[in-house]
Amino acid sequence: MKSGSHLQMRWIELLVAACFVAVSLLVITDSIRVGNAWGSDGPEPGYFPFYIGCLLMGGAAWVILQTLLAWKHDDGKEVFAEEHEFNLMLLMLMPTSVFVAAIFVLGIYLASLIFVAAFMAWQGKYSYFKSITVGAGISAALFLLFEIWFLLPLPKGFIETWLGY
Amino acid sequence: MVGLLIMEELNNLFQGFAVALTLPNIGFMFIGIFLGVLIGVLPGLGGANGVAILLPLTFGMSPTSAIIMLSCIYWGALFGGAITSILFNIPGEPWSVATTFDGYPMAQKGKAAKALTAAFTSSFVGALVAVLMVTFLAPVVAKFALNFGPPEFFAVQLLTFASFIGMSKESPVKTLMAMMLGFALAAVGLDSVTGTLRMTYGQESLLKGFDFLVAVIGLFGIGEILLTMEEGLAFKGHKGRISLKDVVDTWKELPKYWATSLRACLIGCWMGITPGGATPASFMSYGTAKRISKHPEEFGKGAIEGVIAPETAAHAAGTSALLPMLTLGIPGSPTAAVLLGGLLIWGLQPGPLLFTEQKDFVWGLIASMYLGNIVGLIVVLTTVPWWAAILRIPFSIIAPVIVVICAVGAYTVHNSLQDVVLMLIFGLMGYAFKKLKYPMAPLVLALVLGDMAETSFRQSMLISKGSLGIFVITPLAGTITCLAIVMLLWPLLGHMKKLSRG
Repeated sequence: MKSGSHLQMRWIELLVAACFVAVSLLVITDSIRVGNAWGSDGPEPGYFPFYIGCLLMGGAAWVILQTLLAWKHDDGKEVFAEEHEFNLMLLMLMPTSVFVAAIFVLGIYLASLIFVAAFMAWQGKYSYFKSITVGAGISAALFLLFEIWFLLPLPKGFIETWLGY
Repeated sequence: MVGLLIMEELNNLFQGFAVALTLPNIGFMFIGIFLGVLIGVLPGLGGANGVAILLPLTFGMSPTSAIIMLSCIYWGALFGGAITSILFNIPGEPWSVATTFDGYPMAQKGKAAKALTAAFTSSFVGALVAVLMVTFLAPVVAKFALNFGPPEFFAVQLLTFASFIGMSKESPVKTLMAMMLGFALAAVGLDSVTGTLRMTYGQESLLKGFDFLVAVIGLFGIGEILLTMEEGLAFKGHKGRISLKDVVDTWKELPKYWATSLRACLIGCWMGITPGGATPASFMSYGTAKRISKHPEEFGKGAIEGVIAPETAAHAAGTSALLPMLTLGIPGSPTAAVLLGGLLIWGLQPGPLLFTEQKDFVWGLIASMYLGNIVGLIVVLTTVPWWAAILRIPFSIIAPVIVVICAVGAYTVHNSLQDVVLMLIFGLMGYAFKKLKYPMAPLVLALVLGDMAETSFRQSMLISKGSLGIFVITPLAGTITCLAIVMLLWPLLGHMKKLSRG
């Protein structure tokens, strides 16, 4: 998928189009299951989704065809992302994914504290003290705003239970 | 007769001012403008997802105060986008991309204050013209739409979708695909007409379907952060401070450009009512100004018209997008779609009846549009240095904080952790879509309008006993349907022209 030092546009284009095809297949199979005919009182529940799925698949096929037709001509010159750019993006995406997973275990306050502090220390090269102070400040602000002022409870973990919330 | 109508509207408007001018509502207006400018300045937070994130906080407020605050956030975001474009060459919002073309060169030449004043003033002018139009046109449209039945509503919805495909600057196929994906996502869950479960594949969490607020937060918020990270942004900007002299000098110069401004207003209002939205409006207006200008070679090097044209059009479009939202229940932009979602949550049914049943709400909102833009203009003119300072906070602090805010926003929509995971998936999708040039606005609007369009279609079918003729037989529905078909075939017409010429 990589050539030299960049991700080629044409491969990603195909990948995304393939995802569209997969979605359209899911849509079409289920619309056939619930009925995609024109009943006596108008369309059955699957009538619209069926054609939506078909249009999706048609569009995806068109994109795939266009990409393949331009394959030789393009020769991998069109850039989706330079490798270092893509790596930078991953440096954001990975911690974010870990953060989202951590919310399930730790609750949003602790997860936010750790996420903000870790990202600052790691990416911004801030001192641990500064990073943790900012992280704790953000969590505290969220807590005050949501739990106390607006009375909207956010997901909590064992720490909050232990503290009596 | 016409005079009487105008009197009635003015009367309603004054009552609206009485609603909007209470102390708490003025307070909400200021909070909204400040939050809005902040959102407009920060990368990853914009009008649509900013309002989506703050929506749950308004559930406890009265609908009128809530909509005043949220719409002021929208005005603030429209103002804020210009600050980053001009001082940092970074569009804080998609609709201020065109402002960077001439705004940043002006700042480089040391004319930042002039560019900023021109941008804010033109935004204000654009908004004012659009609000005037909303004031006098909306009640007429609403009255007219009272005669609408399901077939007419479906025809209007069809027109909305068709004009997206016809007017989109991205490839029509990709626009269609994005829209169909939105429809497919909207269809997931309980079918409202027959009660059948669709596309849940046994997953209990899919019963209620996908919420577009979560999609908006992911697509526009997380997606934008990923893109910004990739660009490895180091914010290096120019100093922005506006003195009274700068303002007066620029204002003296602005009337010269009345023609540019007027054209921009027209383009903006048109693009706002038809669902083009602020971003295409700003580009179109910039392009027109350049084409008509006597000295097009100066565009891109710091021509003041290059700032006036896109800013006026963006603000006019952003404001007039509320007209179809209020009168027909059809939003003209993603942000208007989020506000529409808010209306439904507060228990108000958008559409023509709103104007007769919820007078205080509607006119309070319209009055707050006048006041909010005046407040906004004063706030941004006086506080530019602060906002510029916010952008000097390093990205390694801002990025995780924005991700946390987005996660909280996605969670509070339904108090569901699954939505946070969905937000992340939508974020990745937003990143890929942006790079591959799939437009996101049609996806969001299809997700919002999908159920509505299907319901009005099926209701029409029940009326006509399954005959499609109902959409063309009555003059009203027929005209709108024809318009929709013309819009849909617009790109093909362009092709035909090219073919016949060459």
